[in-house]
Amino acid sequence: MTLRSRLHVPAPPARPGQEPDFSYVQISPAGAVPRPETTAAARDMEQLSSQLVRVLDDEQRATGPWDPHLEPAELQVALRHMLLTRLFDDRMQKIQRQGRISFYIKSTGEEAVAVGAGMALRPGDMLFPSYRQQGLYMVRGRDLVDLMCQCLSNTRDMCKGRQLPVMYHWAKGNIFSISGNLATQFPQAVGWAMAAAIKGEDHLAATWIGEGSSAEADFHYAMTFAAVYQAPVILNLVNNQWAISTFQGFAGGESRTFAQRGPGYGIPGIRVDGNDFLAVYAVTQWAAQRARQSGGATLIEHVTYRAAAHSTSDDPSRYRPRDEWRAWPLGDPVTRLKQHLIGLGEWSEERQTRLEQELEAQVTAAWRDAQTFGTLTSEPRLDPLTMFDDVLQEVPPHLQRQREELRRLLAAQAAAAPAPASGVPAGG
Amino acid sequence: MARMNMVQALNSAMDVMMERDTRVVVMGEDVGYFGGVFRATDGLQRKYGEQRVLDTPIAEGGIIATAIGMAVNGLKPVAEIQFADYIYPGYDQIVSELARLRYRSAGEFSAPVIVRTPCGGGIRGGQTHSQSPEALFAHVSGIKVVMPSNPYDAKGLLISAIEGEDPVVFFEPKRIYNGPFDGDPHKPAVPWSAHARGEVPEGHYQVPLGRAEVVRPGSDVTVLTYGTMVHVAQAAVQLAGVDAEIIDVRTMAPLDTDTLCNSVCRTGRCIVVHEATRFAGFGGELVATVQEHCFWNLEAPVLRVAGWDTPYPHAFEWEYFPGPARIAAALRQVMEAA
Repeated sequence: MTLRSRLHVPAPPARPGQEPDFSYVQISPAGAVPRPETTAAARDMEQLSSQLVRVLDDEQRATGPWDPHLEPAELQVALRHMLLTRLFDDRMQKIQRQGRISFYIKSTGEEAVAVGAGMALRPGDMLFPSYRQQGLYMVRGRDLVDLMCQCLSNTRDMCKGRQLPVMYHWAKGNIFSISGNLATQFPQAVGWAMAAAIKGEDHLAATWIGEGSSAEADFHYAMTFAAVYQAPVILNLVNNQWAISTFQGFAGGESRTFAQRGPGYGIPGIRVDGNDFLAVYAVTQWAAQRARQSGGATLIEHVTYRAAAHSTSDDPSRYRPRDEWRAWPLGDPVTRLKQHLIGLGEWSEERQTRLEQELEAQVTAAWRDAQTFGTLTSEPRLDPLTMFDDVLQEVPPHLQRQREELRRLLAAQAAAAPAPASGVPAGG
Repeated sequence: MARMNMVQALNSAMDVMMERDTRVVVMGEDVGYFGGVFRATDGLQRKYGEQRVLDTPIAEGGIIATAIGMAVNGLKPVAEIQFADYIYPGYDQIVSELARLRYRSAGEFSAPVIVRTPCGGGIRGGQTHSQSPEALFAHVSGIKVVMPSNPYDAKGLLISAIEGEDPVVFFEPKRIYNGPFDGDPHKPAVPWSAHARGEVPEGHYQVPLGRAEVVRPGSDVTVLTYGTMVHVAQAAVQLAGVDAEIIDVRTMAPLDTDTLCNSVCRTGRCIVVHEATRFAGFGGELVATVQEHCFWNLEAPVLRVAGWDTPYPHAFEWEYFPGPARIAAALRQVMEAA
């Protein structure tokens, strides 16, 4: 017999037309995973990286050592943030389909990942999100009009028309600029955290990466530097099963969990039910306390499912079963938190309906307001000459010349065009 | 004033800035306890502590990325990439992140990171310790690109870079760390102590970025060059026996077009000299700039003298290096043209 190797090409359990199959997702019973002390050594908690921390059981009752025992009022706030995130996403998707924004990315099904972590952190903690954590903006209270204006690239756009929709930033709210290049924020967050430690502050950094882009070298840089310097950083890996068309096996998730990479670097790895708000909150709180005690970084794998398309440019029915989301064993994070509150006697379907109506109205009002600042295709428009600002702190001579060249060109076009001109201010 | 070589001048710049500004931190491979493989950070960790002079893992992408995060959190990192040949793992973080953070966030965030990196050949370094990749960075909007040619400029430019609010890629021609080099490897080494620009103030001073300098006034032809080649060009001018004006570009981006073009428009002839490979090299930008501004004053085609368009060969270093003979030949050629 001849010896030879064979290339293994990972295949997802189900493709379009096949029965969804999530038997590969290892699920621990709610409340079953022990909660170590935040001061415990990473090597003494390696089981956290293969088990699944869950607080809400199948009846959506909170159970076990990870229950953060939040007040009902806080849970209602969480539900509000998650629902607002979902309704905002739905509206922006529709607006994109109407051709009024160029692009959008929904976070449907993953709302607990951002909202749970965001609520467990302090306002002074710096967040380095990827592009599917808009829930953080809801938690920190950014005006929806600002988010919409960014998506519209209009005159109130925080990015001054320089970024694709959803690539927000918010310095005052301590949320870092979203790059659009994947994974680069992961080691940057570690650097921010290192600086916090150098300065002797008690702030920490938190960052988010997809399981797909954890294949990038930036993930390894972040883990190495975080481990070496014991940086106060929370490294969130959102395993939503799909990186556009490739399932999590293509990022190395077939034989080990993503959380298990943590212990390999000497960092605690925690695998958590990402659709369980209470569990996400609890592990974030644990990791934050550990970081503030100079205990260093924690890697958290949020096991969740990308219920929507990757983006508005994507059609997932071409690569996965159309109804796969319904078969996802960890359910819908919004429904689960709602049921939990109802079970506590602190919520009802009527209140849910009223909240939905209130938030829908809020989104509608924000959209009405946002459009008054213009769209990509309608007045008013940003002055194109602003494109030369912020390349460097001061506009260097060659950019001054180029700006002048464009100014003359636009002025000539405006003069030649039949009135009214295209709205480009010739004087800039 | 003190006599300093380029390494000492760079060390002094970081020392002065760490003393004046507690936000300044130094980081990189071997820069801490050991003081750097070229000794540029020698003594800094002893003086400022290991929280401010950080040895890092061997991960250039991680060094740049964490430096960006530190800068966003209010520090001023001076990151050393041990050889410019190793900078490419950090290239994405420089090009996509460092260079564009201010722009993409409309000025809300910025990361004034200084990336110091030894470049250039002539040190028997082979193809992984000899490269001059300045064009790859000058092409990128949002970073400044600098290459000094002497200790005085090295210190003043580095201080300006650290005091500025923009990211800077700071190339250090390592062949001239210890002394000027005229392109003849068989001559005894000349120390900086014998050179006027080896005289360096011990305290704080600036040499502004974005400004070229006329290092040899002349009337026949302009030589546009930078780094090690400033000195090689001077030897070549002697060899060719022409009254050349030599301009040290010093900052590739933003480029001091006025100083360059005023000279060329006056002399009517120009050659461009750099160590980096020629095709799509930074010399192409210089030539294009010159012809745009000086075309009607030119007496001859503008020529480029550069590294051959091959990787840097270990065994044929001096056949590869654009030495005085090649530069002198180009000078004669532009002088002979009608």
